[in-house]
Amino acid sequence: MELETLTASEIVKHLSTGELSAVECTRFYLDRIKSFDGQLNSFISVSELAIETAEKIDVKRAAGKPVGQLAGLPIAIKDGICTAGLRTTAGSKMLEDFVPPYDATIVSRLNDADAIVIGKTNMDEFAMGSSTENSFFGVAKNPWNEQHVPGGSSGGSAACVAGGLAPVAIGSDTGGSIRQPAAFCGITGLKPTYGRVSRYGLIAFASSLDQIGPMTSTVEDAALIMSVIAGHDSRDSTSAKNELPDFLNSIADTVGSKPLAGIRIGVCQEHFEAGLDSEVESAVRESTKVFEALGAEIKHVRLPNTKFAVATYYVVAPCEASSNLSRYDGVRYTHRAAAEDLEQMYCETRAEGFGEEVKKRIMLGTHALSSGYYDAYYLKASKVRRLIKQDYDLAFESVDLILGPTTPTPAFEIGQHSQDPLAMYLADIYTVSANLAGVPAISIPCGLSGSGLPIGLQLQARSFEEATLLKTAHQFQQATDWHQRRPQA
Amino acid sequence: MSSENSRTNVSFDQATIIIGLEVHVQLDTQSKLFCGCSTEFGAPPNTQTCAVCTGMPGSLPVINERALSLAIKTGIALNCEIARYTKWDRKNYFYPDLPKGYQISQFDKPICGEGYLDIADAKGAFEPRRVRLERAHLEEDAGKSIHDESKKGGSSKIDLNRTGTPLLEIVTKPDMRSPAEAKAFLTELKLILNYVKVSDCNMQQGSLRCDGNINLHIEFEGQTIATPIVEIKNLNSFRAAERSLTYEAKRQFELWQSNGKSIDDAPKQTRGWNDAQQVTTIQREKEESADYRYFPDPDLIAVTTTEQEIKAIANQIDRLPAQWREHLTTDHKLKPYDAEVIVTQGREVVDYFLDVTNGCGDSRIASNWIGQEVLRHLNESGDEIGDYPISSAELADLLKRVVQKELDQTRAKEVLDEMVSSNLSAEAAIEKLGIKPVDEGELDTLCQQLIEENPDAVEQIKSGNLKAVGMLIGKARKLNPNANPGVVKDKILKSIGVS
Repeated sequence: MELETLTASEIVKHLSTGELSAVECTRFYLDRIKSFDGQLNSFISVSELAIETAEKIDVKRAAGKPVGQLAGLPIAIKDGICTAGLRTTAGSKMLEDFVPPYDATIVSRLNDADAIVIGKTNMDEFAMGSSTENSFFGVAKNPWNEQHVPGGSSGGSAACVAGGLAPVAIGSDTGGSIRQPAAFCGITGLKPTYGRVSRYGLIAFASSLDQIGPMTSTVEDAALIMSVIAGHDSRDSTSAKNELPDFLNSIADTVGSKPLAGIRIGVCQEHFEAGLDSEVESAVRESTKVFEALGAEIKHVRLPNTKFAVATYYVVAPCEASSNLSRYDGVRYTHRAAAEDLEQMYCETRAEGFGEEVKKRIMLGTHALSSGYYDAYYLKASKVRRLIKQDYDLAFESVDLILGPTTPTPAFEIGQHSQDPLAMYLADIYTVSANLAGVPAISIPCGLSGSGLPIGLQLQARSFEEATLLKTAHQFQQATDWHQRRPQA
Repeated sequence: MSSENSRTNVSFDQATIIIGLEVHVQLDTQSKLFCGCSTEFGAPPNTQTCAVCTGMPGSLPVINERALSLAIKTGIALNCEIARYTKWDRKNYFYPDLPKGYQISQFDKPICGEGYLDIADAKGAFEPRRVRLERAHLEEDAGKSIHDESKKGGSSKIDLNRTGTPLLEIVTKPDMRSPAEAKAFLTELKLILNYVKVSDCNMQQGSLRCDGNINLHIEFEGQTIATPIVEIKNLNSFRAAERSLTYEAKRQFELWQSNGKSIDDAPKQTRGWNDAQQVTTIQREKEESADYRYFPDPDLIAVTTTEQEIKAIANQIDRLPAQWREHLTTDHKLKPYDAEVIVTQGREVVDYFLDVTNGCGDSRIASNWIGQEVLRHLNESGDEIGDYPISSAELADLLKRVVQKELDQTRAKEVLDEMVSSNLSAEAAIEKLGIKPVDEGELDTLCQQLIEENPDAVEQIKSGNLKAVGMLIGKARKLNPNANPGVVKDKILKSIGVS
């Protein structure tokens, strides 16, 4: 059995029939991490308890006791999500030795489903970045070409799934941090509707935008993980009480040659303008034909305020971040600088403990919230955010899904944008709107560039319509094999 | 600028004192504002904390519905407009006992809007006044920093037990005109909070904290000069509030006399009250333009309250102190001062009074006995009414005998003392003291005997000196302690034909 070629859903099946034990499976991935992660740097920490947990699950199953839905499935968790007893750094020196006393809600749910957390994945510090270059623990590499970034901020999660070091991973997405690395690494990444998955235990970057989601080989795997992690959580006030669909039902087999009949897909005009790489453009346009062949109706749709999305995002997100990151003041957690007095301690600690990009955003946010600037920045951005949301409301009156590229280019080279932060920020140009509007969006592989790098397409849906998103993306994967392509080891 | 000479001719009486207060009230909830931790006072440091109130990375706040409902209840009792839409904002600042680096508070949409509270003085020390309230908002308390005061450079310690405790910050308009009014405001506010049962208002434990803003308006050379505003922090008793404001008014007046500076010439100052030396001392000269960078807390959702919900909470509120004063004077015919004595003691004493009145049938007797005997006992013992050994039913049983003239006041007090000290019922105490009703005939005989044995006194009475009857009553009680003085008096007067 070549485990690394199996999807999570297939592994769960093999585990349930007893063809594969949880210990075997876990050991296999831990060995892969040992062998390959020296190059990829996709993990910050590896769990020492994984084998022990796997043994318990095997014993439980052997004894005929009921086991959870994901019993024995190894899973990697982004290091910005708290795991009790397992170091959680958010990619920062500030939390270099932080061991949370509690599990994030999604971690509890995965544990209850008997999944096995094998490690914590690399990320841009406090999820601020699009390349994983901002990690205190070094850049993660793209398994397709190690000269290239895996994307970010959930770059470690994307790289480990693409590189076969974990069958499935969890990421978080504030402006594209699940979808963009999924696109760069040729995997599937779902950012659920804001409020669909509990944020409790997710180390906050920008609270009104952050959302946790699955990063997987296939849409089917994403549905499987969603069926475990989604749903209301009384510990998160922003968690939605909306009824949960049967995510697995949305990827059920369909009969007939037009499984997408009745679904209207709008190609977003604004996502095909200047700055879009021609190979990405043609791959995405090509894939619209696949949807059409599957019975979907292809239309054109406009999101006219898209041009303001990045600017809006870079006001809202830093404002919230500047406040969210105030707690890292040297009084608690890992790092405290030596100082003469309190103010100096604060200044030195934060100067030493945060990386450049984080400091830049804290300063941006602090400035934008300060007296005399609040109206011009935060308040205005909040208004534009409403306009962007209205664009979606209007668009979704005539279509069910919005289609476009996930990113303007395939994965760029490590260091390529280090002198040009704006070029880096533009990597999120197609993804930030979904966060600002709160709508769900998925990235799936739809091609390879001439240089052999994956290309992703993005589908966005109405709030709480992940089921439509999953169904449509799943049918695309039934009709194509881009998601089965793997980097040459 | 005017000369110092001309300013020294102005007297303090020509200055109007302008006072506004900010009061922090700890709401009486079992758990904190945004997590389930206990709010109980006095636990060992950092034992009542969790991931949420210590601001652990990734933790999120969830509003305590009871705190919200207590805030609304307080707002209703203070005649405030209750917000149908209220939200949470972050107040950002760095301090070691503020673990998140921001306090969750309310900025532009407080739960309670404008309201008012009426104050008066039962002895007429000032004219009744309506103090308008600016707003009242909910916020979480910070923790406690414990600094090493040995000056040997020891480390500071932080206790986060208090972090996240729900506070209601009540802000008045600058409507008070004397330190006595400020004290009356605080007293009445505390009383109201006691009546609506939203806070224990324990000032020693910090459940009620107060800051005062004060300046003077001085009539001078045809103009009104406003002196620079001073904020006095942490007035932790009503007495401290009154004294510090008195001191501060005087200080500002003298300072103005010497330097003539008005509100336009000097920044707002923050001062602290030094209770030991009875002076205010400067804490912060310049308003360091504290920029709290308020913005809506994205972790919490705005709260909408319906008219029905507000009504339901309003229905939980019984009479407030002012209404009880009215009720006791109008329906129970108490004098304003007597009503005040009972109402000021708190709702439990009012209930005790009502029970005793119902049981004995005479509100004035009930009021007198509670005002004198019961409260004296409580003052001496420091107990609450709930700890008083005589239940309202037992006291009513005793006073009923007074009302029905079975017992005179003096004997009844002996009985009460016996009830308290021997923990007896009225009946048992009466029996123990050997008090028996005196037979009418026996009493007639006794009076006759006194008249015969005291011709001088009888003569004095006849000649109009009614005081002399007191002496005869005294003798009667010596002969028979159960003789009712009133009855004895009537019989003697009737017998010698004076009445």
